[in-house]
Amino acid sequence: MSGRPMIDLLDATLGAGSTRLPRISLQVPTGSYAVLLGSTGCGKTTLLETLCGLRPLHAGSLEINGQDMQARDPADRGIGYVPQDGALFPTMTVRQQLVFALRIRRRTIAEQEQRLEELASQLALRSLLDRRPHELSGGERQRVALGRALASKPPLLLLDEPLSSLDDETREAMQVVLAEVYSLNSSTILHVTHREEEAQALSSLIIRFDSVLSAGS
Amino acid sequence: MNSRVRGRWFLGGLGFLAGFYALLIVGLLVADVGFTSWGECRAALQSEAIRHSIVLSFVSCTLAALLSLIVAVPAGYLLSRFRFRGSRLLDSLFDIPIVLPPLVVGLSLLILFQTAVGQWFEGHVMEMTYELPGVVLAQFVVACAFAVRTMRLCFDGIDPRPEQVARTLGCTRAQAFFRVTLPEARGGVIAAGSLAFARALGEFGPILVFSGATRMKTEVLPTTVFLELSIGNLQAALAVSLLMVLAAISVLILARVFGMRGGLL
Repeated sequence: MSGRPMIDLLDATLGAGSTRLPRISLQVPTGSYAVLLGSTGCGKTTLLETLCGLRPLHAGSLEINGQDMQARDPADRGIGYVPQDGALFPTMTVRQQLVFALRIRRRTIAEQEQRLEELASQLALRSLLDRRPHELSGGERQRVALGRALASKPPLLLLDEPLSSLDDETREAMQVVLAEVYSLNSSTILHVTHREEEAQALSSLIIRFDSVLSAGS
Repeated sequence: MNSRVRGRWFLGGLGFLAGFYALLIVGLLVADVGFTSWGECRAALQSEAIRHSIVLSFVSCTLAALLSLIVAVPAGYLLSRFRFRGSRLLDSLFDIPIVLPPLVVGLSLLILFQTAVGQWFEGHVMEMTYELPGVVLAQFVVACAFAVRTMRLCFDGIDPRPEQVARTLGCTRAQAFFRVTLPEARGGVIAAGSLAFARALGEFGPILVFSGATRMKTEVLPTTVFLELSIGNLQAALAVSLLMVLAAISVLILARVFGMRGGLL
């Protein structure tokens, strides 16, 4: 683990209206699997969306991997984002979703095929490659969303309640998948959840949302 | 009277009122079809003026529908996804052609092309008043408003999350729109185009005022019905009307098949 944090959010004000969060500070060490634990509706998703660049940062500073992110587009932040419902592209097959980030970056067909092979094998998606999102179960959708976010090998992966909509059996299987993804990829992971047992099972670092709020004040 | 009986009366009342309107529509169509014969229709459709009107209608309506889509897709997306100063005003403004009396639309177009800007446009770009491009413009003004409304409803029904995720995966806003959102909106695009075509096909008032009713020149199908009725040729008017009914029903089926049941269709 290097000394410089992967995420360094300092005295930040984010969100708007009822989701406005004043003076938040959050540091996530590089290489860690951090779980941010907080109750439903406390602003965890707002925080992740701000880190991704999908919401503006009203005050304070944000550095990711040592670089100032304030003026950067979501496309240039090097972040893989898996929202709560997966948010798969409804018109695309699993294969198209998995190579999407590489096609946008104009990687060669050979590179796309090689990465597709790695992800399909790692996330057990080989038999699902020609299916569309409506033909997938909840767990399969989350695995595809995870693979899509990992495709370009981002240094930071943000997971928004990735297990919350799954049944107990699928949740346990998915926890194993997340642990494998963490060990096989060199990404730092920030995983947001409201479930204490999920945090205990997966993380190398548990951050409570209350401490994030009070850290800035 | 117990609650079960009251419930039946209520449902019966709903069924009676809805059934009355459904019967009225079916009655209109059946009366039209029953009043004419295939031979009379064929004779009417052999008239050179009516054939010209059919071709002009289909060409001008296709152009008006395509132009409507070029405006409606970005306008519907803008109104659906972004809140900015004046967005509500803009939203209401796009409804004006829907509620404005058709003759007023035609008169307003006529006056617009009498202003200095309009005169310059006619002198340097293309002539509009009483000319063919004017027919397309008159159809476009009203048809586009319906297309914008349909596209806005369509984009409102599309989850913005996949588009946001696409931006984190390396897309610009435009790439996310064209690669993720627009393919999902293809049903809405077809519905909006079909609706714009159908509205353009039925447009009469604005065309009459702005483009006139010159046979073999600016005569479209509704103009034909008007001209044939004015000289007492009911059979020809009816034959052309049935053609328009057929086109409208085809458009309705097309739009329903592509799943825009919640929209204006």
